[in-house]
Amino acid sequence: MPVFNQSRSNIIRLIFGGMFLIIFIQLFNLQIFSDKYKKMAQENALFPKRIYPSRGIIYDRKGRAILNNTIMYDLMVTPSQVKNVDTAFFCQLMDIDTAEFRSRIIDAKFRNGPFRPTIFEDLLPPDLYAKLEENIWRFPGFNLQERPIRVYPFNAAAHIMGYVGEVDSSIIKKWNYGYQLGDYVGRSGLEQYYERELMGRRGIEFWIKDNKNRLVGHYANKSLDTPAVAGRNLRTYLDIDLQMLAEKLLSNKMGAIVAIEPKTGGILAMTSGPGFDPNMLTGPDKQSNFNKLFLDVSSPLYNRAIKGQFAAGSTYKPLGALIGLDEGVITPASGYPCLGVYTYCSHPVRCLEKFPGHAATLRLAIAHSCNSFFSNTLRLTIDNPAFHNPRIGLTRWKQYANAFGLGRRIGVDLPSEDGGNIPDTSVYDKEYKGQWNSCTMVGGGLGIGQEKMLVTPLQMANAMCIVANKGFFYIPHFVEKIDGETESDTVLNRFRRKHEVLTNISDAAYEEVMSGMQDVSEIGTARIARIPGINMCAKTGTAENKLVIEGRVVKLPNHSMFVCFAPRENPKIAVAVVVSNAGYGATWAAPIASLMVEKYLNDTLRTERKPEIERIASANLMPKYLVRLQFLADSNRAALWAKQTGDSAKWKKYQTPSFRTAMLDTLHRNKTAMQQLIQNSPADKPKNIELQTDTTEN
Amino acid sequence: MNNKNSAITKGTDKSLIWLWLILCLIGIMSIFAATYRDGDNVLQGFISLKTDYSRQTLYFLLGGVIGIFILLTDSKFFTATANLWYAFGILLLLLVFPFHSRVKGTESIIRFGNAFQLQPADLCKVFVNLALAKYLSRVDTDFSKARSQIIATIIVLTPAAFSIMQKETGLALVYFSFFLVMFREGLSPFVLIIGFSFAVLVVATLLLEPNTLALILTGIAVAAIYILRKQIKRRRNILFLIIGIWFFCVGVQRFVVPFAFDHVLQPYQVKRIFDAIGKDYVPKNAEAALEIENSGKKKGSNNSNYNVKQSKIAIGSGGVVGKGLLSGTQTRYDFVPEQRTDFIFCTIGEGFGFAGSVVFLGIYLILLMRIVTIAERQRSVFSRCYAYGVASVFFFHIAINVGFTIGLAPVIGIPLPFVSYGGTSLLTFTTMLFILVRLDADRQMVLR
Repeated sequence: MPVFNQSRSNIIRLIFGGMFLIIFIQLFNLQIFSDKYKKMAQENALFPKRIYPSRGIIYDRKGRAILNNTIMYDLMVTPSQVKNVDTAFFCQLMDIDTAEFRSRIIDAKFRNGPFRPTIFEDLLPPDLYAKLEENIWRFPGFNLQERPIRVYPFNAAAHIMGYVGEVDSSIIKKWNYGYQLGDYVGRSGLEQYYERELMGRRGIEFWIKDNKNRLVGHYANKSLDTPAVAGRNLRTYLDIDLQMLAEKLLSNKMGAIVAIEPKTGGILAMTSGPGFDPNMLTGPDKQSNFNKLFLDVSSPLYNRAIKGQFAAGSTYKPLGALIGLDEGVITPASGYPCLGVYTYCSHPVRCLEKFPGHAATLRLAIAHSCNSFFSNTLRLTIDNPAFHNPRIGLTRWKQYANAFGLGRRIGVDLPSEDGGNIPDTSVYDKEYKGQWNSCTMVGGGLGIGQEKMLVTPLQMANAMCIVANKGFFYIPHFVEKIDGETESDTVLNRFRRKHEVLTNISDAAYEEVMSGMQDVSEIGTARIARIPGINMCAKTGTAENKLVIEGRVVKLPNHSMFVCFAPRENPKIAVAVVVSNAGYGATWAAPIASLMVEKYLNDTLRTERKPEIERIASANLMPKYLVRLQFLADSNRAALWAKQTGDSAKWKKYQTPSFRTAMLDTLHRNKTAMQQLIQNSPADKPKNIELQTDTTEN
Repeated sequence: MNNKNSAITKGTDKSLIWLWLILCLIGIMSIFAATYRDGDNVLQGFISLKTDYSRQTLYFLLGGVIGIFILLTDSKFFTATANLWYAFGILLLLLVFPFHSRVKGTESIIRFGNAFQLQPADLCKVFVNLALAKYLSRVDTDFSKARSQIIATIIVLTPAAFSIMQKETGLALVYFSFFLVMFREGLSPFVLIIGFSFAVLVVATLLLEPNTLALILTGIAVAAIYILRKQIKRRRNILFLIIGIWFFCVGVQRFVVPFAFDHVLQPYQVKRIFDAIGKDYVPKNAEAALEIENSGKKKGSNNSNYNVKQSKIAIGSGGVVGKGLLSGTQTRYDFVPEQRTDFIFCTIGEGFGFAGSVVFLGIYLILLMRIVTIAERQRSVFSRCYAYGVASVFFFHIAINVGFTIGLAPVIGIPLPFVSYGGTSLLTFTTMLFILVRLDADRQMVLR
């Protein structure tokens, strides 16, 4: 048989070879040239499982854990494995109905797919956990998973410690180290400020997942896994006993207490009233508790110790004296012939003390808190003949005030501190179109810590530290040490640096002012605060304040304020106390501070002071306008709810005439039974305080 | 006994048998890698016949037995019964119409109970190959004549037509590979070129805007007229031919392809063609859209675009040397659907990387080249045609199967010879190969 056209066999070979060549080129392209598919394969099949380390513990100065970890349990469900479950029994245990059960299973399927465990109910209460653990074998597909949560063993220091909460998208964006939805992160307080230290380092285990997202095993024999590193513990300066005392004293009051160790800047106690139990914000009910706190018009979540803006009042006077002395406009021997009023400016500034000679020297003026003397001192400071220009004088004064830590953020280790306010020339230029002189602000009360001066309790305490230290301070802070820190990686260096801001003021000036302040507690306005055997330098304050309520400016009762440090010779504690709208500084703030100092310095309190604690703690000094504001806020919300849902049941409650009257009347009167019930204030007026007549303040 | 043994082995081409053995073992290994799960008992898995790899092993052993039987058969048996087999094949194909059972959208399978199923359209490849060889080797066949070429085409395309009627377009396309045999036996290369050009034209229709393509075609026609202007002066017919071709091309592009896509092909098939060229298919009528949606819902994993993507990921992630047997993350955890059958190449691509894939495909290339060599050494036309038929069918299967796993061809579900899981396909290919070995053993004989 002759071979027909044999060359065609070569063409066929060529076709075969050509096709294989094309395939080889595409394989080269896919397997060697392109990285894309390797990455896609990893996304497909690798599941980086995060291993959460336990968060760091926070200790007080005596090594007691004030923020700790504990285990609670989540009930998990794997929908595909839920078979033959006695639904009725299960629902009875969980206290839900079958429809809810079904919808949760569907929800779980939707969130994670049917093959992966999903949370059915998180953070089981202990009794429910006990019941479920006994019966979990009856419910295939369900299991209990440990979940570490935070606990506060002393139920104290809520504002300082802060709380953890789930991250939201803004945090994920902001913190660039890999949070994902569902992770917990410090949302306030030290928990937020020291998030990096407390969170530790997350571990990652690479698991292989299959096409249905089931985890089927470790990848590469765990060789790529990184272990979790536990969070670092924080050692703080806090004295939890002192902290608890402070919180007790401030219960049912609006205000703040700050106690600082002047030598280190370490904060011994800080509380803000009204407060809350920190354990409310962990555990199963945290969301409803948070809502409750959030909707309370008295803002219990708000840390007034670092955010509250109060007129400094007379607590500013020692600083005013130091500025005057350093500027040379007054001397320790300077006096002022005050007879009860300072009338050199358009608005008379009244002084409660009228007897002649109560401001004969600087020391006496401080002791008796003479308004005329300090108004005059500020005028002299501003109109300092050395400058011939009140602008320079005011600017110099502002520099001093800022150096004392007023009107600027000090930089405490808590998030969202506020700075207060010290006015400068531009503010007055704007307000008075440049036509102002030293009388403008002094007439308004700047010389006695009012007018435009706003300070936070933290700043007040810190200023006391500067006076106690004679010119230097450390930035107030909570954390003394972080476990396992090294010099290079610690964030605490800035708290360990000494700030010698006002050491230019002579020690003699400090001594003179301290003597005046010591007299305050010996012969002056705050004799109630005196502690036998301890030389305490103190200053009372009673600050006028106004608030815009429902569009009207309302003058409210004075803030009761007090600052002090002790002992004078070797200051160990500086305290600032503010009780909002409570009256004279000596009435409430001074005894509170006195108890704090005695407790800290003597580590215990005299027995005769125990009733004093109870008396103060049981006094309800919450401002009365809050009842009205709360009612307005609640009824508005109910109205909005009724408008949106058509369900007016809640709203109707707020329409009951008697209820309305009772609640809305709270601004001025205090007569109705309902009002009595709500306010429950046993001590409106201080009755048994001997020093009542001596308080001579603005 | 001794004689018999020597009769079997005498003249047989050992290399083909070795290649067959290697490919079958690679197949079993790949199926094992694709279906084995950690903790399975391997030995039990192989014995139990419940696993795919144990069944494949059984089919492989069965193939060996059939191979031995074929080697024991006289070569003349195949020439003598070729037409009979073809008739039998057509009969089977016809029987499908009343007796088919619906499996995965195809209507080409007859079931006997649960265990055994038969796909005549697949089996018929062997019969067509025999019948074509028989026809071409007839003394009175003059293949240079158009009549013979048409008869050969009818022999080849009849089963293809039945196959299309049974909604098994993929297998129908396999029959077109026999044109390579006809080409070898004297069919004008223009047929292949025209066929190829037609395919290019169809793809271009899909890829380009209709007007752009029309302009390009016109440009080519004008260029052709310009280049051939001297010949045209001498022979007017060429001009008419060029204009005719141009007219035909534009007609195809404008009317035939859209008509075919809208009325002839199934919507899912159109979608697969679009997927292969990387375009989104937007069905023109609501009915087709609904059908695509439904087919997607019914078997979500059958979405061919998804398959190809996962398959490319699996192969692409293999890298240069691969992740090793049983270490591929994609193929082991069911990301690639149908991977023991149509997408078995992924297992090799991921597990052994570029190097392994080239070696593996190299084995196929050696097999194909070896068959062509064997074909050329046959004295009888029948054997030669048969050998080319085997090579063509294998080539088509390999090129299309590997092509669609790496995104070069539309997904038409045809298996990879000897490697894909499936009894019918393994036995069919084995039978084809062993008949070739048998015929080759008698290559000195002239068979008619």
